[in-house]
Amino acid sequence: MSAEPPPIVELRDVHLSFGETKVLGGVDLCVTERARLTVLGQSGSGKSTLLRLILGILRPSAGTVFFKGRDVTKMSRRRLNRIRQKIGMVYQYSALISSLNVRDNLALPLEELTRMTPAEIDQKVDEKLEMVGMSDVRDKMPSELSGGMRKRIGLARGIIMDPELILYDEPGAGLDPVITSVIDELIVSLSEKIGATSIIVTHEMGSAFRIATRMAMLYRGEIIAAETPEDFKNSGNPVVAQFISGNTKGPILEQAASA
Amino acid sequence: MANPFSAVRSALEQVSSVVWLLIDTVVEMGDRIMQRRFPFRVSTFFEQTNRTGVGSIPLVALVSFFIGLTMALLTGYQLRPFGQEQLVPQLVAVAFTRELGPLMTGIMVAARIGAAYTAELGTMTVSEEVEAIEGMGLGPLRYLVSPRVLAVFLLMPCLVVVSDIAAMCGAALISRWAFDMPFQIFAESSLDSLLIRDIVAGTVKSLLFGLIIGLVSCYRGLTVRGGAAGVGAATTSSVVTVITTVIGFDTLCNVVLVALFDK
Repeated sequence: MSAEPPPIVELRDVHLSFGETKVLGGVDLCVTERARLTVLGQSGSGKSTLLRLILGILRPSAGTVFFKGRDVTKMSRRRLNRIRQKIGMVYQYSALISSLNVRDNLALPLEELTRMTPAEIDQKVDEKLEMVGMSDVRDKMPSELSGGMRKRIGLARGIIMDPELILYDEPGAGLDPVITSVIDELIVSLSEKIGATSIIVTHEMGSAFRIATRMAMLYRGEIIAAETPEDFKNSGNPVVAQFISGNTKGPILEQAASA
Repeated sequence: MANPFSAVRSALEQVSSVVWLLIDTVVEMGDRIMQRRFPFRVSTFFEQTNRTGVGSIPLVALVSFFIGLTMALLTGYQLRPFGQEQLVPQLVAVAFTRELGPLMTGIMVAARIGAAYTAELGTMTVSEEVEAIEGMGLGPLRYLVSPRVLAVFLLMPCLVVVSDIAAMCGAALISRWAFDMPFQIFAESSLDSLLIRDIVAGTVKSLLFGLIIGLVSCYRGLTVRGGAAGVGAATTSSVVTVITTVIGFDTLCNVVLVALFDK
């Protein structure tokens, strides 16, 4: 029997409210090293918020968020910035710096956070661009790229520091099915190549099953299921079953109407 | 009708947020220095100084030239019946060095650079670029705010000098044409009337205005909410706030300077 890998991210009883609006109401989640966890949930259910809590951009109203056993909610800015260097984030709309070209976007964290020489930085940028199949757009500005290309550059920037954890916020949003599959394959191959743990937030079922080694469902501010894709597919939970099938009849819409 | 207490409270909250922005920026820069790294990107700083300083020279020079010219013309005509038009150079020199130079430059830079900073940072905020910079551990205040604030802070005194010289040129030109005052007499008379105190007051004011313009416009940009409409609203609000604050601080500086030194 193989030993369970240690957890890299752990959320314990995490609550978050924006004013009167409760977003998360006691989230418990454990992500083990090298796992690819997809977090599913309805639009506006707090999936992206979960990623921002892990990255320390947001602080929870209550509860703790651990990264490699260290509580990120109580860290000073300086320590948090050091931790962030081990985490890559791929944004829904790529969030590339619009005033910098592709090369400079990728080189920025290397120039600012490492003592690499310009030649070493160029080599690393080229290596990452090649990994995402985008070597020929090195000198282009983000505005000159298509949505899929921007997403891939965002991915390359996410892995430029060789992170231990990569967070993906809706990687397939706004892309056609073919490009979405290309991105999904890229996520799987990158996580295998660099050995990083991935947390992918999505509400696209096809992508979720293609990528995941584990799946979790966020519903009404809580994780109501966290299991393997096979168990998830055969889940007896009516909310999970309705979400997977996309059926209009079931507890999701009934509870939304009665709320 | 809006509750006056809530308006005052909101204004005080905004002031404290701007002060905290300054403190956090300095702390981020300090962290960077502790790591024996330069506190900000030098190339970005020079880009901003070029944009703030060099880019603003034509506007500042032209507007100041016209104001100096008009001021000399109007005061000259008022003084002429009393045979005192020779006071025009002194009047323009003191007024511009101490008061109008910093104030007019502050208003022009607020409109030109303050609006640009807010719009730029606001767009970066709504497109998650600022969050991406923070998420990479780069320190958005150090990376985005410090070069901008430093550029406008350090370049304001230089622009005020440009404004003063342009205004004096305008005044000298009109004095020559309307009051037959030779350029040499105008220059000597202006220089004789200038006191170190006035020059120092103008320089201190310009540094203070630069800090206000940089901090308030960056703060407004970083706190934008609501997409393109939010950026537009924040930019308008930023220009109005900065111009009002600059005029307010100018009045405060004048009261303090008069109370302390002009008794």
